Amino acid sequence: MNSEPRHNYRHKPEHVVSHMEVNKTRVEGRVKIYFQRHLQVLMSCLGQLYRAPISNLLTVLVIAISLSLPALLLVALDNARSLIVGWDDNAEISLFLDPSLTHSDGERVKEQLLGWRELSSARYLSAQQSLLDFKAYSGFGEVLELLDENPLPAVIVLTPRDSTPDAVAPLLERLQQLPEVDLAQLDLEWLGKIYAMMNVAERAAWVLGVLLAIAVLLIVGNTVRVSIQQRRTEIEVCKLVGGTNSFIRRPFLYMGIIQGAVGGMLAIILVSSALFLLNGPVVQLSTLYQSNFELLGMGFLFSLLLLLSSMMLGWLGSLFTVSYYIREIEPS
Amino acid sequence: MIRFNKASKRYSGGFQALENISFHLKKGEMSFLTGHSGAGKSTLLKLISAIEPPTGGQVLVNGYDLNKIRAGKIPYFRREIGIIFQDYKLLYDRTVFDNVALPLIVSGTSFRDVGSRVRAALGKVGLSGREKASPIVLSGGEQQRVSIARAIVHHPPLLLADEPTGNLDPDLARDIMNLFSEMNQLGMTTLIASHDWGLIGRMGKRILHLEEGRLQDPDQEWQR
Ligand SMILES: Nc1ncnc2c1ncn2[C@@H]1O[C@H](COP(=O)(O)OP(=O)(O)OP(=O)(O)O)[C@@H](O)[C@H]1O
Ligand SMILES: [Mg+2]
Repeated sequence: MNSEPRHNYRHKPEHVVSHMEVNKTRVEGRVKIYFQRHLQVLMSCLGQLYRAPISNLLTVLVIAISLSLPALLLVALDNARSLIVGWDDNAEISLFLDPSLTHSDGERVKEQLLGWRELSSARYLSAQQSLLDFKAYSGFGEVLELLDENPLPAVIVLTPRDSTPDAVAPLLERLQQLPEVDLAQLDLEWLGKIYAMMNVAERAAWVLGVLLAIAVLLIVGNTVRVSIQQRRTEIEVCKLVGGTNSFIRRPFLYMGIIQGAVGGMLAIILVSSALFLLNGPVVQLSTLYQSNFELLGMGFLFSLLLLLSSMMLGWLGSLFTVSYYIREIEPS
Repeated sequence: MIRFNKASKRYSGGFQALENISFHLKKGEMSFLTGHSGAGKSTLLKLISAIEPPTGGQVLVNGYDLNKIRAGKIPYFRREIGIIFQDYKLLYDRTVFDNVALPLIVSGTSFRDVGSRVRAALGKVGLSGREKASPIVLSGGEQQRVSIARAIVHHPPLLLADEPTGNLDPDLARDIMNLFSEMNQLGMTTLIASHDWGLIGRMGKRILHLEEGRLQDPDQEWQR
């Protein structure tokens, strides 16, 4: 028990330190080897792609096209949204007048309102005109025909000079106070409809994106499967000399990631060129509408996201396939 | 190192390749496995290297119970074995160097050590300077020696050899046997399947003889 010589204790701290240092260099060595291995596998994978150019080119193209469709749709929506942002400038206020007012009363109120600084225009619609408008635009005209009387009041349509919510709110308040007015309403319903439509379109883009992402998984999985079959003996021999499954999986995972990366970059190029081609006509169109709208590009973040998701899809597609087949292939 | 307890192997087709095999090979021992073609020599080596599972009895190798070994452990188990296959199992789209380096690569040896060890192994089998060649352009005997180099490159504690001299001329065969014997003296347990009665006789080692899947081991009684 106590036979250990005393001086050993004195040396103990040193031993501990040197032991830790040995461990540290060992860990550093391990890390270095780890990166060396990965680099080596990466290089050999690049070689592999180079050696089977056609099937890999096809895979990469399918990835690129699959990803550029939803990406293009999302970019288009982004553009539509930026275009619409300017549109609530044209917000209108509808004043529903007291039904007891006469036609000339209505005209008088309109003239009076034209004098307001906050308003840039005012338009009087008699009850009769409102009905015609409603029939023309709402699609519920038949319903109204069932009624004996015209239920619609006369309306004055106003355009505020400043339609930001802060400016419009007190204006609405003031208009509501007028004795001739039943109801003052800010008319942004149509804008809401457009936003709703765009939400639908955006949802559709994501659904399309998910479907095409599955397609990417499948195509990468298939290419990797073919490659696994071709390298059957290699996998067997690796297993025979003590290669772990994760070691054997690695080159195939790299292959998936590389295909995803190349496909993703190609998708970015495709979408950018499509936007470039569309930009000319769009600018022309917007000039006709006295607007100086220009198409927004994909932006750095979105491109990065596209590239990363493409790489991840490649990795996943490969992982699923290789994990399945690696168990099938056993040396005999 | 290797212990068989009434082990048997019946292939899925129903063929009984090994029956009731019991023997013990101690650490550091060198012995030969003989028998006619089809007697089950390769099958026995496959049981030892966990390529085929036993269908009866018990097989213990290097501290692992091969009846119960988990799939995830098999790679680590195999890293401690060098196997020379009857059909070489070389990769023909890789260079000789890459083939020999494989056991080192899978176990994560550093680049620097890989180079020197591969060259040393190739030197031992008389293939120095052929690192860059493809196995396709090598003769049968040279390919066999590449597979031998691959089996010993990582200094495994256990070497299994299936007809390792089948394609070598007598001089070369003797050199290789001497190499095995040398490595055995350095502590490597060695089991060699061979037809080469003359050569085996001269080595003066224990002989396990298979006869239609049954073991005839004259040394068995006193070796235990
Ligand atoms: N995978 C298998 N499925 C079914 N039967 C097999 C299988 N492998 C080997 N056998 C049979 O098992 C018997 C023993 O085969 P094994 O390869 O072990 O013989 P061997 O002693 O190595 O012969 P050789 O000296 O010719 O190499 C043979 O009859 C063979 O047909
Ligand atoms: Mg055999």
